[in-house]
Amino acid sequence: MRIDRHKKRILAFIAALAALPAVGLAAGGEAHVEKANNDIHNQASLQRGAKNFVNYCLACHSARYVRYNRVAADIGLTEQQMVENLLWSGESPHSTMTNGLLADDGKQWFGVAPPDLSLIARSKGTDYVYTFLKSFYADPAKGTGVNNLSLPGTAMPHVLWELQGTQEAVWEGHTDAQGNVQKHFKEFTLASPGKLTPEEYDAFVRDTVNFLEYIGEPVQARRQALGYWVIAFLVFFTLLAYALKKEYWKDVK
Amino acid sequence: MLSGLTTWIDERFPLTALWKSQVSEYYAPKNMNFWYYFGSLALVVLVIQILSGLFLTMNYKPSSADAFGSVEYIMRDVEWGWLIRYIHSTGASAFFIVVYLHMFRALLYGSYQKPRELLWIFGMLIYLALMAEAFFGYLLPWGNMSYWGAQVIVSLFGAVPVVGDSLTEWIRGDFYISDVTLNRFFALHVVAIPFALVFLVIAHLMALHEVGSNNPDGVEIKKVKGPDGIPLDGIAFHPYYTVKDMVGLGVFLILFALVIFFAPTLGGYFLENANFDPANSLQTPPHIAPVWYFTPFYAILRAVPSKPLGAALMGIAVVLFVFLPWLDRGKVKSIRYRGPLFKFFLYSFAISFLALGYLGLQPPTPAYTLAARVFTVVYFAFFLLMPWYSSIDKTKPVPTRVTYHAH
Repeated sequence: MRIDRHKKRILAFIAALAALPAVGLAAGGEAHVEKANNDIHNQASLQRGAKNFVNYCLACHSARYVRYNRVAADIGLTEQQMVENLLWSGESPHSTMTNGLLADDGKQWFGVAPPDLSLIARSKGTDYVYTFLKSFYADPAKGTGVNNLSLPGTAMPHVLWELQGTQEAVWEGHTDAQGNVQKHFKEFTLASPGKLTPEEYDAFVRDTVNFLEYIGEPVQARRQALGYWVIAFLVFFTLLAYALKKEYWKDVK
Repeated sequence: MLSGLTTWIDERFPLTALWKSQVSEYYAPKNMNFWYYFGSLALVVLVIQILSGLFLTMNYKPSSADAFGSVEYIMRDVEWGWLIRYIHSTGASAFFIVVYLHMFRALLYGSYQKPRELLWIFGMLIYLALMAEAFFGYLLPWGNMSYWGAQVIVSLFGAVPVVGDSLTEWIRGDFYISDVTLNRFFALHVVAIPFALVFLVIAHLMALHEVGSNNPDGVEIKKVKGPDGIPLDGIAFHPYYTVKDMVGLGVFLILFALVIFFAPTLGGYFLENANFDPANSLQTPPHIAPVWYFTPFYAILRAVPSKPLGAALMGIAVVLFVFLPWLDRGKVKSIRYRGPLFKFFLYSFAISFLALGYLGLQPPTPAYTLAARVFTVVYFAFFLLMPWYSSIDKTKPVPTRVTYHAH
């Protein structure tokens, strides 16, 4: 009996432990993350994303593990289309997505060399990148004129400002126990509109993030397609093995 | 023709004799249940790891300048490289899953007890070698979590009194984790430890076949033999257990393939997100945690306020398993005939192990640290109080024959 009570206590303790992460989230619920909701099986989106990436990202960032011809084949472009739309002049279709910016220059201009983006969607997650690209806001205190809610103090200028327009962050404050005013992010307002409507801008960022997820793991779509066949074979194999086992074990009394 | 060849070989090498003594005339208890799949599965995973590792080695470059890029090269440009790499990375986690279940089986049915002490010790040495293998291998992709994980673990040796600092320097071969460290970890991962593993597995199997397999009743089947000298409750390993293990293998491979093809990172648990950033000695990942299979011990380390004591406790937590045959004073082997005390301590130990594993993955908070301390105490109580509770426990009578219902 005593033992049962102990067991119950331990179980209750485990249940309490399981609830702890929820408490943690409630306390630190400030992190502002939006869902990217991208789809790597959508080739049209990947093609638009590739174009966005080449036009807006590749000047400063590289994707040094990504080959142009592999991209073209995977996202449904012919080599001709790729050469006309994605390649910078003089580059080979077999080359990887390097850029014209030298790391030292990048470091001098921005204070930090712009990171390679081959794996950014795998290390940071698509939701993070999607939110990051939507979270620039005007901040006169910064040299670039903008700051970013996802990565405060970022050295990156808002490369897409022409498309998105200029956002301003609205903060709300409350006074804490020590009498200091704590700032909380409330929302963004569009101070001056860009070339795209907010919906068009979201779609633009989604396509770009989609492309980033694709280059993070180019084989992803093929991997999943192959997976169904492998699982189907293994299920067949297992059923066969089970029938064989049944047959042999009939004799075991 | 074929029998002629067999005779030719048998006159020069004991092929048929080995096959008979180890496989077709090795008699295993007929009542082995679900828990008995994991030994053969561990052997399968070992072979998977050696073969996939061989092909990875053909394209991997063990240098700090090229390692990260060569892994991406394998993932993108090498034919089927992505598959081989995912098989290897998933295999690492699968190895620990099957080995932990295999070890738990031994706890459930007292498989470490006399006369299987050496079998158990070889098994524990395999487990230690496996941990070393996983640790060295984890540095090789040269991601940022590889780098900082190795940094944290190697620095633990600094807690050793007097020689700590020289010891960490000797392990790294440098003042920090560097190209030199990567090179030697590569050598240890692909040559030294795999050799040790294969040797220990052979010793483990030889010891097993010498004493015979235990079973869920903890009954020694060799005690009751028929007129032909074959244990009455024994059946030939081949074909009975070879066909049965094939079913287990099929189910295992389905789960293995589900991870490889549909969730190779398993949400950051099998391949951590921060490891897709290259090693950076100037920037730590936001939250350093070892891969899940080390987190129970990592949680014990963090639960102790003093680092040297924490490191010592962590080491002891691993090594204590070795002494189980002598800590256990129980008169029965199997959980089926053990008393309530042993059951209580074993189940609380299992819960603590899982809870510590969870806590080791989370960033430390005061509540989590408190929980980790409680579970650490329960973890050690299982081992240290065992001589007491196992000897006074009310056990049930053990039958002379195994329990088996024909299907």
